[in-house]
Amino acid sequence: MIKRSIFTSKTLPYLLILPQILVTVTFFYWPAFQGLMQSMMLSDPFGLHNTFVWFDNFITLFKDPLYLKSIITTLGFSAATAAVSITFGLFIATMANRALKAKAVIRTLLIWPYAVAPAISGVLWLFLLHPSYGIVALFMKKTLGLDWNPVLRGGDAMIMIIMASAWKEVSYNFVFFLAGMQSIPKSLIEAAAMDGASPFKRFWFITVPLLSPTLFFVTVMNIIYAFFETFGVIHTVTQGGPGGATNILVYKVYQDGFIGLNLGSSAAQSVVLMALIIIITILQFKYVERKVQYTG
Amino acid sequence: MVEKTPILDALTYIFLMLGILIVGFPIIYAIIAATLPIEDVSRVPMPMIPGDQFMFNIKAAWEKGDLGTQLVNSFIMASGITIGKICVSMLGAFSIVYFDYRLRTVAFVTVFCTLMLPVEVRILPTYEMAANVFGPFNLMWEKLGLGAVASWIAGHEVEINLDLSLLDSYTGLILPLVASATCTFLFRQFFLTVPEELCEAAKMDGASAMTFFTKILFPLSKTNIAALVVIEFVYGWNQYLWPLLITTNPDVMTAVIGLQNLIPQADDLPYWNIAMAGSLLVMLPPILVVLFMQRWFVRGLVEREK
Repeated sequence: MIKRSIFTSKTLPYLLILPQILVTVTFFYWPAFQGLMQSMMLSDPFGLHNTFVWFDNFITLFKDPLYLKSIITTLGFSAATAAVSITFGLFIATMANRALKAKAVIRTLLIWPYAVAPAISGVLWLFLLHPSYGIVALFMKKTLGLDWNPVLRGGDAMIMIIMASAWKEVSYNFVFFLAGMQSIPKSLIEAAAMDGASPFKRFWFITVPLLSPTLFFVTVMNIIYAFFETFGVIHTVTQGGPGGATNILVYKVYQDGFIGLNLGSSAAQSVVLMALIIIITILQFKYVERKVQYTG
Repeated sequence: MVEKTPILDALTYIFLMLGILIVGFPIIYAIIAATLPIEDVSRVPMPMIPGDQFMFNIKAAWEKGDLGTQLVNSFIMASGITIGKICVSMLGAFSIVYFDYRLRTVAFVTVFCTLMLPVEVRILPTYEMAANVFGPFNLMWEKLGLGAVASWIAGHEVEINLDLSLLDSYTGLILPLVASATCTFLFRQFFLTVPEELCEAAKMDGASAMTFFTKILFPLSKTNIAALVVIEFVYGWNQYLWPLLITTNPDVMTAVIGLQNLIPQADDLPYWNIAMAGSLLVMLPPILVVLFMQRWFVRGLVEREK
């Protein structure tokens, strides 16, 4: 789309967009292209010669049990993180939307974890769930009788990074759900109430359906967050361990490529992730388009 | 509310308090831990009454983690990204919305597609790019045999090997992160809602494109800019992967990365009080920005959905 009333100039528009294009091409497209090339190359141990091997790296990758395990780990991790933070965020937003007094204070008290870096959230939860010093760990051991040890047990480590990642995302979800609920016309709720619908029925049959676009958007954003932005959590809390139990895809790219210097495999993994995010983005835009059509 | 539901209302507030408590607990716990001496913090369970060692722990964290330098670095990085992103995307959006030129659609699509290329999916090649910005140029020079051509023209051997590394520099921390599709979109959407008459009137009065931009469009965008300042500052401050890749020199290390050094390892003394004091210090600046600019922040965040 463009304005009806526009300026005419031969060079100015190019100059204006130039900085963005320069940064984009240098730091986005060229590296992405390089990654794509690298993913089909095999380097010798000294990095002197590259042989073009077509899709060998991808075939090796998908035959690698460690990579397949990492896929499962990532799916489980992001599903759990999204589920926990969406449920909790939706619940609190519903409550905050019902509250009549102290709305601003309530919002303020719930919003700030958004500003905490995932890595710092990791440090906080590392302390809370520390097997010897953490208070939540103590609670789990004493009260629930669990044998809690995230340093040795993969499942426990997974719970730890899910907590650290979901905690921070709750406030993000809260903001969206609250905004979504506040945009639902009051008249609909009142009409339903007059027809005798209880608060729970009104929530289930009016709020939830009308909130579904927000719900969809938040789910997509939460999955992207869990896939890509939780790198900081993993790096500070578990470093992918114990025994690869929390080695999600993004962390594996970093480990294999940057630490292990297995360039071909790391590049192939990057390309897989790239394909994934392209699919997510396209799906999201398809959906947004449909939403626009429905609402006119 | 529509009807009177005293029990439900009471429950609402109880659940809200519980929710706030659960959300706030990690921080409350961190604050208490940061006020305790090492003997108390390593007791199980840790006493829940604040001690008097807060300033001492903050000072210890400050010195042990070299937080003075790191916080300054984080601040430079976060502000650089914020200002850079807003300038770059505002000018870009202006170009796309207010001009008609042959490569307009190409430019728009180029910017748009960066949405699909977060740094996480191009870790190594972006690092290589930052290690030598002229890498592609050198490669082309070599591959296309330009060296031979140049040698032939000059009559003697011409060797060109340009080298400019952005590793361990502020430019390297900031520059690759200033291109943003979402920011450009936001400005584009906003510019499209600006009444046509404003531009027509400005043109009639003989204003040039840049005068229109600085005198009319910029003041109109103030709320959007405020919202983006909050979001991008938090984004910049909390960056993890990119600074981790390109900084090895402690002088340019950012605070979120440096915090790692304060976490007690298995065979250290459990200085969790110092780790928590450091964490509080490092998370404070973005939290303050969010709290003080809450109104714009919420607006900006929600508007990004569209």
